[in-house]
Amino acid sequence: MSSADAIDWTNPAKKQTPPEPGPLYEKRKAVHPQRIDGNFRRFKWLVMLITLGIYYITPWIRWDRGPYAPNQAVLVDLANRRFYMFGIEIWPHEFYYVAGMLIMAGIGLFLVTSAVGRAWCGYSCPQTVWTDLFQHVDRFVDGDRNARMRLDAAPWGPSKIAKRGFKWTIYLFISFWTGGAWIMYFADAPTLTVEFWTGQAATVAYATVAILTATTFILGGFLREQVCIYMCPWPRIQTAMLDEKSLIVTYKDWRGERRGSVKKAAKNPEEYGDCIDCNQCVAVCPTGIDIREGAQIGCITCALCIDACDRVMDEIGRPRGLIDYATLEDCKNEAAGGTPKPILTTLLRPRTLIYLGIWGAIGAAMLFSLGVRSHTELTVEQDRNPPFMLMSNGDVRNAYTVRLRNMESRPRDMEITMSGLAGGLMWSDDMAREKAARSLTRTVSADATRIVRIYVVAPAGTASQPFTFTVTSLDEQREQDTTEARFEAPEGTP
Amino acid sequence: MANKDGSPKGGASKRIDEPTGTEFVGHEWDGIEELDTPMPRWWVWSYYACIVWAIGYVILYPAWPLLEKGTEGVLGWTSRGQFAAEMQTEADRRAPIVAALASIPIEKLPENAANMREAISGGAAAFKVNCVQCHGAGAAGSKGYPNLNDDDWIWGGDLKAIETTLVHGIRWGGSRETRLSYMPAFGRDGMLTQAQISDVTKHVMSLGENGAANQKGAEIYAAQCASCHGPSGTGDRKLGAPNLADAIWLYGGSRAEIEQQIYAPAHGVMPGWKDRLDPVTITMLAAYIHSRGGGEDFVDRTAKEGAAAIEARPETGAISDEQR
Ligand code: SF4
Ligand code: SF4
Repeated sequence: MSSADAIDWTNPAKKQTPPEPGPLYEKRKAVHPQRIDGNFRRFKWLVMLITLGIYYITPWIRWDRGPYAPNQAVLVDLANRRFYMFGIEIWPHEFYYVAGMLIMAGIGLFLVTSAVGRAWCGYSCPQTVWTDLFQHVDRFVDGDRNARMRLDAAPWGPSKIAKRGFKWTIYLFISFWTGGAWIMYFADAPTLTVEFWTGQAATVAYATVAILTATTFILGGFLREQVCIYMCPWPRIQTAMLDEKSLIVTYKDWRGERRGSVKKAAKNPEEYGDCIDCNQCVAVCPTGIDIREGAQIGCITCALCIDACDRVMDEIGRPRGLIDYATLEDCKNEAAGGTPKPILTTLLRPRTLIYLGIWGAIGAAMLFSLGVRSHTELTVEQDRNPPFMLMSNGDVRNAYTVRLRNMESRPRDMEITMSGLAGGLMWSDDMAREKAARSLTRTVSADATRIVRIYVVAPAGTASQPFTFTVTSLDEQREQDTTEARFEAPEGTP
Repeated sequence: MANKDGSPKGGASKRIDEPTGTEFVGHEWDGIEELDTPMPRWWVWSYYACIVWAIGYVILYPAWPLLEKGTEGVLGWTSRGQFAAEMQTEADRRAPIVAALASIPIEKLPENAANMREAISGGAAAFKVNCVQCHGAGAAGSKGYPNLNDDDWIWGGDLKAIETTLVHGIRWGGSRETRLSYMPAFGRDGMLTQAQISDVTKHVMSLGENGAANQKGAEIYAAQCASCHGPSGTGDRKLGAPNLADAIWLYGGSRAEIEQQIYAPAHGVMPGWKDRLDPVTITMLAAYIHSRGGGEDFVDRTAKEGAAAIEARPETGAISDEQR
């Protein structure tokens, strides 16, 4: 492996000297990322602001649904099995909308990963966002990288104890706030807040807050990048979804090597590349890795090292982009003296377009079906034991359990009508048989299902045959739903 | 075989993975080799924590199977105990309903839709335990065991009549107030000849407009049967005499079956439940049977009333209707 053309671009690291046999278990190496500013850092701030904002504020948005339904814009009402999202209300039997959203989330992840690598990991994964938040707390309390490293090494004394105590208190406060916000999605937020502080809330609410506080505190405060490297399955999956056309954060070693200080490079410009071995890219990395060793599982593609190196390049008067977003294909091209493909060609290629197409189609289909779905539904279940009944005057009777669904948040009158089955009449278990008719009307409470047991009777001699039940909402909407049912009669009824 | 760098495979000098500087463990699968990367230390601590948890669990809960029975655990937890606690919780929830049902006379039960609903669902459960053996899971009965879904009632089909049947039974030795009726065995005891029985059978069948009238049979009927079953065969509920003019036959409606019933009638026995079930359960059973579609003296609960009753239970809200 002496010539540059033999470099394996997925892992262009150098040969290292074999270490002494290592320990069986390894202590976590503390990571103290340095403060950095730049385009990607500012983008990361923005994403953090938006995601945290959405997370903490959403449950407090109100949405007037009238007196019969909760007034919380986003609410997962587990007790009543309803999911409210602004103007949309999902019932348990419509769970396919949730499934559709999950599929869209999955395909969205494929799309983003195949286009721009592990951008989810780098910017919007909760573990990343909260770790970032906690790292800012570190900076706020202990100072930047060097100060933190010094404090880490310092013996425990009053000042260190005070600082750690203060820092961990802030951790705990953030963690508690995180757990607290979570439960607000499952009950009326203002009411639950009062209940929570007066000891009236459900045990499960306290348990959830306790568990989420503990996990945020431990995972965000202490385990940090260990979660990404050892615990999380996504890095493995996302790595498998990358291809040589995906944009990933890359150190352009054909341009950077051989590394050397500014002085050395100035003396011997032929021998040295652009990397001045200042280690800024390592210092700012939130997972503590050296991107110059090549693409690796520890890299969450947050691009902070790009920000760091670009500043260095500006300072020493070299072009930016020694570390840059690049595809493996571009790497080969560039190393061979070519130019990278334009960004749009990279982003819009068949693979990403197919993902985008599927993603968009599912979204459009769900929006369409949400738009046209009826808020009145009817299901009919026939009694099977016995399938039919002989009445004393010879008539044949069948029984059905009819469910009326009113998915509007106001009570509605609904008319059930039967068609077909000549001579058939129906009545229900809450009325006398004498009033049997071809249709009956029941009021269904707001946002509820009403079960009506319906008896259908037909004159002696009627043969087994299908007929239909129709439900019509008796309001200006006049929504309808129809279901076919079967009338059973004894064979050879005289 | 030797490694690329010439060192022997395995043994004292192990191979090193170039990019990571980590030793190989020596296993290979399809060209993929495993590295001897050290475990993170938090992992081993989590492992110890799990062991501590497991020990605590074994101390607190039943765990070790021994010869006779398992260890009991200091918490004293058992699955039976948990079951009993859950049953108690349910009994506590139902206590007010049971109290209400105990204090309402059964005739007044339908006036409150919620009470009626609770009674019907309680009765459905009690029916499955006590009644399905004879009347079938769907209450459709079989020959000799009345169908409880239809509108034919030998002893009356309002709530009160059904309750009385349930309490005292039919031809049941355990209660002096039991429903009692016997039909003479006209053939076996020599009261009618075979020819007469045949004639009266034809007449009985014509009562339900199932066959031509028969003069001889009509005369025998008037003399022997009309006192109980009525001149037109519509029966008498006070005596427990079945209606012969309808389409429902407890022991079968074919000519042979009717003849057999006149020759030597079968008489079913239903046990009274007063000593075995508490009054509230009997009330609920009556409500359930009444609700099967043939109940008489129905109190019409309008749609509006039903809806109001549902909305009046805010603690369960919309779902109460789903569970009905
Ligand atoms: S190597 Fe660069 S892109 Fe990767 S995690 Fe570290 S700072 Fe982020
Ligand atoms: S920041 Fe840039 S110049 Fe500095 S060590 Fe990293 S790659 Fe080299």
